[in-house]
Amino acid sequence: MSDYLRTGYLDVSDLEFPDEDIVKQHFVAVTECVQEIPCNPCVESCPVSAIKMDGINGIPHIDFEKCIGCGNCVAVCPGLAMFLVNIKEGKGRVSLPYEMLPLPNKGDTVNLLDREGKKVGIGTVIGIRQIEKDTTSSVITVEFDDTSLIKVVRNIEVVKNER
Amino acid sequence: MREIKSHPILHFDRGGQIEFSFEGKKISAYQSETVAMALYRNGLNVFSESSKLHRPRGMFCAIGKCSSCMMRVNGVPNVCTCILPVREGMQVERQFGLGEKPSGVVHFPPPVERKETVTIIGGGPAGLSAAIVFAENGVKPLVIEQNPSLGGQLIKQTHKFFGSKNEGAGIRGIKIAEEMIQKVKKLEIPTLTRSSAFGFYPETGTLGVFKENQYIKVHSDYYLFATGAAERMIPFEGNDLPGVFGAGAAQTMMNIFGIRPGNRVLMVGAGNVGLIISYQLLQAGVEVAGVVEAAPRIGGYFVHAAKLRRFGVPIITSTTIKRAIGATRVEKAVIVSLDDKFNEIPNSEKEWDVDTVCLSTGLIPSVTLLAQAGCKMKYSPYLSGYVPIRNKNLMTTKENIFIAGDVSGVEEASTAILEGKLAAYSILKKMGKNTDVQIDETRRELEKLRSGPFGVKILKGLQEVQYE
Ligand SMILES: Cc1cc2nc3c(=O)[nH]c(=O)nc-3n(C[C@H](O)[C@H](O)[C@H](O)COP(=O)(O)OP(=O)(O)OC[C@H]3O[C@@H](n4cnc5c(N)ncnc54)[C@H](O)[C@@H]3O)c2cc1C
Ligand code: SF4
Ligand code: SF4
Repeated sequence: MSDYLRTGYLDVSDLEFPDEDIVKQHFVAVTECVQEIPCNPCVESCPVSAIKMDGINGIPHIDFEKCIGCGNCVAVCPGLAMFLVNIKEGKGRVSLPYEMLPLPNKGDTVNLLDREGKKVGIGTVIGIRQIEKDTTSSVITVEFDDTSLIKVVRNIEVVKNER
Repeated sequence: MREIKSHPILHFDRGGQIEFSFEGKKISAYQSETVAMALYRNGLNVFSESSKLHRPRGMFCAIGKCSSCMMRVNGVPNVCTCILPVREGMQVERQFGLGEKPSGVVHFPPPVERKETVTIIGGGPAGLSAAIVFAENGVKPLVIEQNPSLGGQLIKQTHKFFGSKNEGAGIRGIKIAEEMIQKVKKLEIPTLTRSSAFGFYPETGTLGVFKENQYIKVHSDYYLFATGAAERMIPFEGNDLPGVFGAGAAQTMMNIFGIRPGNRVLMVGAGNVGLIISYQLLQAGVEVAGVVEAAPRIGGYFVHAAKLRRFGVPIITSTTIKRAIGATRVEKAVIVSLDDKFNEIPNSEKEWDVDTVCLSTGLIPSVTLLAQAGCKMKYSPYLSGYVPIRNKNLMTTKENIFIAGDVSGVEEASTAILEGKLAAYSILKKMGKNTDVQIDETRRELEKLRSGPFGVKILKGLQEVQYE
């Protein structure tokens, strides 16, 4: 594994990734939680028991065949370490947790950021799911042309709301 | 300018506006504010000065534990203004040097005595979970808390918690606190807020408490200390400059009072506290220039680091702060690289433009009252400092004094909640109730949480300080 405790971010090669044919069928969860910490709400939130963990200090592993892409784990994860990926009609899509202001609107163009916060492209917001009643914390889905970016895009930058 | 107008997680219920006088100037404040917060929001940086060298001092801890914000209020010197609620028309002025005694005679009301079965000192998650267990088992404890509100560290934690579902994982700390406080209210547990326990007198078994001007002598059959931990200061040039804050203070300012501690922050320390508070600074609209960490690796959970990195915030390991520079407020900070023996690497200094330095360099258990009570103490680096020697059921070397939470060793809210329960069941057992089953169950849950790599340190520490 990469020296993520020095750099603070993972390398794509550190991660388990679903086969392309699954990603092309529907959204699938991917996890970036690689350290043994006492935590398991993702496991509890999954309606189809697709997340396996060996005791509360275990590392989550996703059964990509089972996952139905519901996004519950993305919404609940306190580490903001769960994402959904999908390729549809030649476009890449990523759903990611977002807890900052301002929130983008559906249809907005946003900057796509990688694990170091570097801009890697632009995308369109195609979905916003508010997670909690009294906060703006949301799962945001972005769509973009370069499908290889589904392994890279992990944050967005809202380019000021011109409205 | 320093007021947070909108926030992704929090809504600030500031109350109406009032006015008070600061050195002859009118200051407008929100009803929910403390004096120091109102002054800071209005732009004040220098809150006091050192008594000999007259160096400027800013607010540092923001929770009534240091002396940087002490002022003269309505003629009374040395008042901690960070925990003093504002009142219409109060007269506030800075005191330069040591405070002067008020002129004339000041009347304090005569002491009040209270007889209790169980007294809990500290209303954080450990103290509150214990109080709830007591009340559910027919014993009404007295809870003493020095802050205006119950909840301890939890009322500032806007992030979702880790742990298992039972201790509220996936739920934000503020919500967990809210639920506990509601329960305490519903169970009609007597609480004294804005009340500091300041002394324990083993000869008579009395706890001295001040609630504002009222001295209260508490005599209790059992005491449970859940006093938590205080922030650790590190030595560097300029560490007393206004703009250098304990990270917890920054958190109190932005998450309780809705005030930005600064515009551009250097965070010192990449443990969980430093990482989480840096992320919360971003949520409050503050720029985080970077996080420096003396160790070669990030000490907190990786997921917290990743959250920051994807916003472009650098985390620089093997690096520490060397100097804070500025006249009456931080204007720059100098950082320096360290070798693997933590020695400075010559000529590796870099100057950063920041107006705020936050220190998150660890917590120290708040054990002074326990030491005064005569409980035997032992130093354990794994538990973050001197802690009382205790048995597996959290009884100290004094038969009627128990401990729970960060005061027994700095850990987590999830374990603090469980320790609070365990201590309560242990005391109930001493009182003759059969709580063996609950004691075993709670100890097992604690073992489970401590079974991972992050628990290794705690288990090592416990081996050093547990008797029986
Ligand atoms: C930034 C940050 C993030 C955290 N994140 C997590 C997390 O994700 N998950 C997790 O499980 N834990 C987390 N924690 C840790 C958790 O908040 C603490 O471990 C927990 O609050 C400890 O509980 P406690 O009751 O022992 O102490 P505290 O919460 O510190 O409460 C102690 C209380 O005692 C009062 N007190 C102290 N002395 C006196 C006195 N003499 N008289 C009267 N009152 C007194 C204090 O005012 C305080 O309210 C975090 C902590 C911080 C700072
Ligand atoms: S997306 Fe839904 S189905 Fe897939 S792992 Fe997460 S919770 Fe389970
Ligand atoms: S909820 Fe998130 S942080 Fe917790 S174990 Fe699951 S993936 Fe990791």
